[in-house]
Amino acid sequence: MTEQAGKVEQVQAAEAVPAAWLKTELARHPQRPYPMDFIKSIFTDFSEIHGDRAFGDDPAMSCGLARFDGEEVMAIGNLKGRTVKERIHRKFGSPDPEGYRKALRAMKLAEKFGRPVFTFIDLAGAYPGIGAEERGQAEAIARNLLDMSRLRVPIIATITGEGGSGGALALAVADRVLMLENAIYSVISPEGCASIMWRDASKRAQAAEALKLTAEDVKGLGCVDDIVPEPEGGAHADSEAAARQLEEKLKWHFHEIKVLTEEEMLKRRFEKFRNIAQFYTS
Amino acid sequence: MSWFKRQENKIESAGEKSVRTEGLWIKCEKCSQIIFKADVEANLQVCPKCGHHFRMGSRARIESLLEPGYEIVDTELKSTDPLNFTDLKPYKSRLKKAQKDTGLNDAIVNAIGRLGPHQVVLSVLEYSFIGGSMGAVMGETIARAADRAYAQRWPLIVVSASGGARMMEGIVSLMQMAKISATLARLDDAKVPYISVLTDPTTGGVTASFAMLGDLNIAEPGALIGFAGPRVIEQTIRQKLPEGFQRSEFLLEHGFLDAVVPRKEMKQYLIRALDFMQVR
Repeated sequence: MTEQAGKVEQVQAAEAVPAAWLKTELARHPQRPYPMDFIKSIFTDFSEIHGDRAFGDDPAMSCGLARFDGEEVMAIGNLKGRTVKERIHRKFGSPDPEGYRKALRAMKLAEKFGRPVFTFIDLAGAYPGIGAEERGQAEAIARNLLDMSRLRVPIIATITGEGGSGGALALAVADRVLMLENAIYSVISPEGCASIMWRDASKRAQAAEALKLTAEDVKGLGCVDDIVPEPEGGAHADSEAAARQLEEKLKWHFHEIKVLTEEEMLKRRFEKFRNIAQFYTS
Repeated sequence: MSWFKRQENKIESAGEKSVRTEGLWIKCEKCSQIIFKADVEANLQVCPKCGHHFRMGSRARIESLLEPGYEIVDTELKSTDPLNFTDLKPYKSRLKKAQKDTGLNDAIVNAIGRLGPHQVVLSVLEYSFIGGSMGAVMGETIARAADRAYAQRWPLIVVSASGGARMMEGIVSLMQMAKISATLARLDDAKVPYISVLTDPTTGGVTASFAMLGDLNIAEPGALIGFAGPRVIEQTIRQKLPEGFQRSEFLLEHGFLDAVVPRKEMKQYLIRALDFMQVR
């Protein structure tokens, strides 16, 4: 092949890449600010609390007492790690059951003392391992969905990067669910979908497009409440600016929920999820 | 061109001698015995030789639990294909085929009726409809079953058999987990009994929502129950999974099931449990 022909092919390939796949790559960008980066720049006085009081302390999940805009809150986010060693330690951000149970324990603590909960999510999914199954990954996720739907304090969830399936939803049953502009939220990874439906994992870009996983699409389907703009080029280009933009949105939504009575807030949360994603004809 | 030509095209059949046997006998997946199909059907789809539980359709399941005179409800919902999803085949055509094959609109059937002395709402997943996968229709139908249970204060029983969320409905299918869980939380607050019955297979988003949230979680013997599929785990940890991993007995041992109950005893077990839970 001549050099020129190669270039032409490259250009064509670039043109053919669906926007949904480009967003997926941005959401997974190695320099993208992770949940803990957002927590550190938006909240003050973060002091971490550890352990699920049953089995252990999941290195992929972090919960802590924090202050948001001067107010006492609970901040929860999963941890991914930057270096190879740390990534392995943190299972690339995928929590085990004890991670979800720790998060729920933190939320119940917040509930007891009437403090709002903020969650930040960037994970490919709950960890699929032997230990995770033995300790009830499914039960841990299910319990979070059930109890978050009736937690008596405000909850605001943000998908900052990858919102991977049930593992993400287990932190995102909230009064408001926000999504960063270049984040994705899906029932399965594009790779997983491609290998099941196309029987070919290399069809991931096509799968990403078919899954309608971009912030715009997910909002269009009524499955998140708001989209948080990112700086030009993506959140990694200027993570401080990205944090400020998210902070602004969080403040706005928090003040909207804060004025509601507890009963009204719970009623609205219930109705939102009871009526979500009604795509059927009778 | 063939060398020989048949003079007469017809082959004389022996008539009365032939016996049609295909479809009458099946081989048990577990004990490999050849068994008479009618025996299996009479035995609630359980192998009479080894007790292996074959998968059971939703209609037969309802028959096996409710007294005659039950009513099938909430049948009218149909998926609108919210993503306009196409992989190798359009989702719409997969839906049409499944609807034709099963005679159902989706992988779920709601019924109301009596389970012994108890008036109940029963929701049964149909595995033969796209793997019992959960999309918007299943989410709404189970939520309606829970609403009905809540309004009438009747116990809710859900029999699961599903591969998980329906990928072809993407994020919409994921939201059904939250929808159903929210309605179950309301039932829980109102102290209305909810029993989850897990059958082979119950995995993914179904396990990670309503199937694990029963006041009691009961499974049939030998059912595959888990969050991640066995293949996904094998690919992640790069080793073979141990024998019996993610089976009912494994979950019982690890504390996630209240009981493993053979199909023949299931109805009695449920009646017994509802006796405990309901004020008479």
